[in-house]
Amino acid sequence: MPIAIVLGLVVVGSVLFHFLSPWWFTPIASNWGYIDDTINITFWITGAVFAAVVLFMAYCLLRFRHKPGRRAAYEPENRRLESWLAIGTAVGVAAMLAPGLVVWAHFIRVPAGATSVEVVGQQWQWAYRLPGKDGRLGAADTREVNDTNPLGIDPNDPNGRDDVIVQGGELHLPVGKPVALLLRSLDVVHDFFVPEFRAKMDMIPGSVTYYWLTPTRTGSFEVLCAELCGVGHPYMRGTVVVEAEADYQAWLAQQQTFEQMQAPAQTGALN
Amino acid sequence: MSVILLFLVGILAIAFGWLWRQGILTKPWLEVGVAGPAAPPDRSPARGARVGLAVFLAVVGSLFALSASAYLMRAGLGDWEAVRMPGIVWVNTGVLALSSIALETARLAARRDDIEGVRAGVRAGALTALLFLAGQWLAWRQLRAEGYFLAGNPATAFFYLLTGLHGLHVAGGLAVLGRVAWRMERGAGIARLRLGVDLCATYWHALLLIWLVLLGLLANWVGDFVAICRQLLT
Amino acid sequence: MVDVTHGGPISGGTASGAAPAFEVGEPDLYHPRSWVTKYVFSQDAKVIAIQYGLTAMAIGLVALVLSWLMRMQLAFPGLLPFIDADHYYQFITMHGMIMVVYLLTALFLGGFGNYLIPLMLGARDMMFPYLNMLSYWIYLAAVLLLVAGFFVPGGPTGAGWTLYPPQAILANTPGQSWGIVVMLASLMLFIIGFTMGGLNYVVTVLQGRTRGLTLMRMPLTIWGIFTATVMALLAFPALFVGAVMMLFDRLLGTSFFMPAIVVTGEQAPYGGGSPILFQHLFWFFGHPEVYIVALPAFGIVSDLISTHARKNIFGYRMMVWAIVGIGALSFVVWAHHMYVSGMNPGFGFFFATTTLIIAIPTALKVYNWVLTLWRGDIHFTVPMLFALGFIVTFINGGLTGLFLGNVVVDVPLSDTMFVVAHFHMVMGVAPILVIFGAIYHWYPKITGRMLDTTLGKIHFWMTFLGAYLIFFPMHYLGLLGVPRRYFEMGETAFVPASAATLNVFITITALVVGATQMLFLFNLAWSLRHGREAGGNPWRATTLEWQTPETPPAHGNWGAERPVVYRWAYDYSVPGAPQDFLPQNDPGPDLASSGETVAEGVR
Repeated sequence: MPIAIVLGLVVVGSVLFHFLSPWWFTPIASNWGYIDDTINITFWITGAVFAAVVLFMAYCLLRFRHKPGRRAAYEPENRRLESWLAIGTAVGVAAMLAPGLVVWAHFIRVPAGATSVEVVGQQWQWAYRLPGKDGRLGAADTREVNDTNPLGIDPNDPNGRDDVIVQGGELHLPVGKPVALLLRSLDVVHDFFVPEFRAKMDMIPGSVTYYWLTPTRTGSFEVLCAELCGVGHPYMRGTVVVEAEADYQAWLAQQQTFEQMQAPAQTGALN
Repeated sequence: MSVILLFLVGILAIAFGWLWRQGILTKPWLEVGVAGPAAPPDRSPARGARVGLAVFLAVVGSLFALSASAYLMRAGLGDWEAVRMPGIVWVNTGVLALSSIALETARLAARRDDIEGVRAGVRAGALTALLFLAGQWLAWRQLRAEGYFLAGNPATAFFYLLTGLHGLHVAGGLAVLGRVAWRMERGAGIARLRLGVDLCATYWHALLLIWLVLLGLLANWVGDFVAICRQLLT
Repeated sequence: MVDVTHGGPISGGTASGAAPAFEVGEPDLYHPRSWVTKYVFSQDAKVIAIQYGLTAMAIGLVALVLSWLMRMQLAFPGLLPFIDADHYYQFITMHGMIMVVYLLTALFLGGFGNYLIPLMLGARDMMFPYLNMLSYWIYLAAVLLLVAGFFVPGGPTGAGWTLYPPQAILANTPGQSWGIVVMLASLMLFIIGFTMGGLNYVVTVLQGRTRGLTLMRMPLTIWGIFTATVMALLAFPALFVGAVMMLFDRLLGTSFFMPAIVVTGEQAPYGGGSPILFQHLFWFFGHPEVYIVALPAFGIVSDLISTHARKNIFGYRMMVWAIVGIGALSFVVWAHHMYVSGMNPGFGFFFATTTLIIAIPTALKVYNWVLTLWRGDIHFTVPMLFALGFIVTFINGGLTGLFLGNVVVDVPLSDTMFVVAHFHMVMGVAPILVIFGAIYHWYPKITGRMLDTTLGKIHFWMTFLGAYLIFFPMHYLGLLGVPRRYFEMGETAFVPASAATLNVFITITALVVGATQMLFLFNLAWSLRHGREAGGNPWRATTLEWQTPETPPAHGNWGAERPVVYRWAYDYSVPGAPQDFLPQNDPGPDLASSGETVAEGVR
């Protein structure tokens, strides 16, 4: 008996908590509002199912609790009821799956005009590489990594000479422009995650993974690593600054290119 | 993961066929009384052991299907260099086939109550299986002599891994066969040997089949075959 | 207690008319000759079941303490100075691995499987008792080896229970020198031991059923355990292969999973391997594993609800089909754990679809449990309460699974506390509530005495409400973006101070819920001597294990003759029957009069 009341309270409490809790999505800063929409659809459907089933159960417990002389009905099955429930469930599932797949198709197709920015993870810091004046990133391989070439850019690839390298600093992105993040790792699996962007993807050593987004709001956002990468995992933080195009260009101009980075090493070799 | 999925489809087909025959659509609440087929199913220990072996072979099959899947997945990446098979592997394959045949003759002899035939078959089977293991060891030595070490490249590592796993299973089978042989040499009658010989023969055939599939993988026939299929499709 | 099977020869003896074909050629039971072979190196499935159960619970307690420690760190960072980042990661790894593999899998299949399969099928024992005994001892060795991880230099591995390479075998992960090797070896031992037991469970279901017990007359408990065992037999090899390959990488310098990498500025001596390959192998085992735990729980809970609501399980056929269907489908959903792993993103479409399809049979099971209550005669016994608690937590956890299974929704939520909350609700709390319910239900058969009801109810309320209060709010931390596996959050701009308050609340609740389990352990021990005498069938249940001639069942289970089954497992409240249950071996009023021999144990 008390359990019927408690189950009712569980439903009411869960719904109240959902609406009143101060813990909810961070304010979005990218074009992936679609993802939030899909989550909200899922919340409505699953929430309704949860409330309906648990409340119905509570009603049954109240209504059919044992009393002296009571005897249960004998009802092995009811094909019609089961079929309708199956169909209803299938419809609900499809209503969640269909928008999910549409958004996923959008998520994995990088638009043609997107700028490439490379994010490189290594225990436990982030580095970034932006294309230089030629607009292209040079080839890279972990085997090329050494003291003067921390990201393993192929020294023989002319595209790589003017690549801008940001090590340990902030990544700046222009607002309103689609950007493809090419993800690479030098050691273990990491994951470049900015909660306000909603998107994330693991970075696998030995291959290049990606996702894309359009920042929609200026501001400074915290980067976290979202895949366990050793004891320093919680400290693998960074910052992404989304700013107006002019500010972005000004920032970009101050950064070091791969060529400049190698210069001291070459002069050293000459001496 | 295509190999393991193919393997599972096979298992599922068997499982569903069996469930179907067991009447998975019947409404049990309508049937009261001693139901079931008119002739009671065989519930003897020998039958139990055979079913047990079949289930165990499904597990072994899953293990090798997964290894093969891993192999193919790795081989699908760009920089794959197939291993050059040591020539002795082909001889070993023949020896393993002989071993399988020997045990099959032992099984047939056991059915005919021909104890001499069982003896000859078991002895030949055990000997050839030992020979196979020795041959595989030689293959490893040959590879090492040519400079293909375990840690050398992924293809060689897979060669050692797959042959090693298979060899271990043959060794396990030999241990069981050894028990049967020991009993046989101490003069056990055919009735006490029949089940053991029967199970060993089945196990040997399964290991031969697995070996042939592995060989196909390692010699890259499977890869070529897939490539041909792909060309036909496109 | 008289052990009737010890004396006379059963097999090959002249069988009575009831079951002629069956007693012929029945496997010889082994007969223990000393205390050691009876209670230690026992080949009796019932003893092995208890050994499995006690070992699993003991190691489970270790995992419980570990969870306390990590919750302390999350709520009060730095309060316990001995918990540093290394230890924290070792705790989460061991907690996860113990709970999933060494507790849940072992308890459901090794514990309940061993106890219930022979009894519910009317068998005298498992088909291969010696192998069964070996299975337990290898499991024990695996557990001891796992625990040894705490004492080896460097401690146990801290790679997370998923053990992803390259991280798992590199220097910046705790336990890299010994811990990971011990862990992999222990897992391999576990798999070998489990295979021995699993062969027994499967072959006993196939070959050991008593006369009249067709497949569709089996209780759903057996269906759940049977299907889960088949799945485990096929899925564990994936973990085995992965473990072997990782051991090779760690000890022999191969590069199965190791690409060219740079560690602390130096090129590591690896190259050419694929980290994703391990993830595929791991989750090819890992996802079926979820259902390996869930299916026995589904089966058991069906029987608990049916028995305590005095009503046949609603839609038995659908329940069976759903179990088999879920079992089959669960092999083609593994990569939904890998949506953001960097695998080919096109796979997302396939795996999201299969994953959401599997929700349909699962939902049907939930409906059928609830519909079994409809027009029932519901007794609020302790097992029933736990079964009801399971339904609520399982619905909750199952529905959040629809978030994570839907590929694009998973993108922001994966690797956050949402995932932690989801899987704890669905495969932590829910199955454990079933385990408790099952223990309250079958303890009278195992020991002959009832567990104390008052203690049981306190245990239920604290555990159910506490666990819900722990894990329901935790989802919302995940929505906020709080990642999992963080030793400490530190100052993070988007995390409000209130999140810390929630963490304190969760930790305190977790401490209380954990402490409540001591009450349960006390109940188990106390009732062994002081519990109310149970009698043979205290719940007035239909299934065969309640119809044994003796309680606890003697060696050989069935006295002189195995029972004959005349009906399905759910004849509760049959119209016209004098009682509200008809045991499976009860021929019923019409058959008894026709002169048919009535099997032993009918009451």
